[in-house]
Amino acid sequence: MHVRIRLFAAHREAAGQDDYVADLPAGTRAHDVPRLLEARFPGLSAAAPSFAYAVNRKQVPADTELRDGDELALLPPLAGG
Amino acid sequence: MRLLALTRDPLDEPGLAAAVARPSSGAVVTFVGRVRDHAPGHAVEYLEYEAYPEMVDAVFGEIADETRERFAIDEVGIHHRCGRLAVGEASVVIAVAAAHRGPAFEACRYVIEQIKLRAPIWKKEVGPQGAVWVDTRP
Repeated sequence: MHVRIRLFAAHREAAGQDDYVADLPAGTRAHDVPRLLEARFPGLSAAAPSFAYAVNRKQVPADTELRDGDELALLPPLAGG
Repeated sequence: MRLLALTRDPLDEPGLAAAVARPSSGAVVTFVGRVRDHAPGHAVEYLEYEAYPEMVDAVFGEIADETRERFAIDEVGIHHRCGRLAVGEASVVIAVAAAHRGPAFEACRYVIEQIKLRAPIWKKEVGPQGAVWVDTRP
């Protein structure tokens, strides 16, 4: 299945891009994604404990199962205001 | 003027205060967040704000709806900057209009705390020592 991954801040800079369409196995959960994409984006796996996850622009629990066509955002610690 | 916005343009505090006020509003409280010239242990020359714009729109909408439900207010507005901001520039402006000052102050405080907790926005501090993405986790 295809899931659009959104990257921000330090992870966007390290990746050199802010989005990426990943081909993921069925049943993948949000918190699996940093490990699955580690080869493509080194450093994501180490950062995983700091991530919150949003699916289709809504924050979700880390173990949320992804669906084909979802947009998954890996959110580093927020710093708005 | 849109009451909820993420923008690269300089913020207009008086404009937003005027936009939320109704004839019934006896109080308008505004909060302005500004870029300060220091962070713990080092100087700051400028900030670089980055956002997840589509989700910011959704989160600002949720925060505004909750604020109207929780407090006796007439209207609330939230404008947040993104891009490069110099020391002294406003990064966020919140304006709350209400019949009375109590709910206006309380609602304004609620909005800024919720933005800090929930809005998908990040900032990079750039100073003489280099650049660092701010991590406010305890």
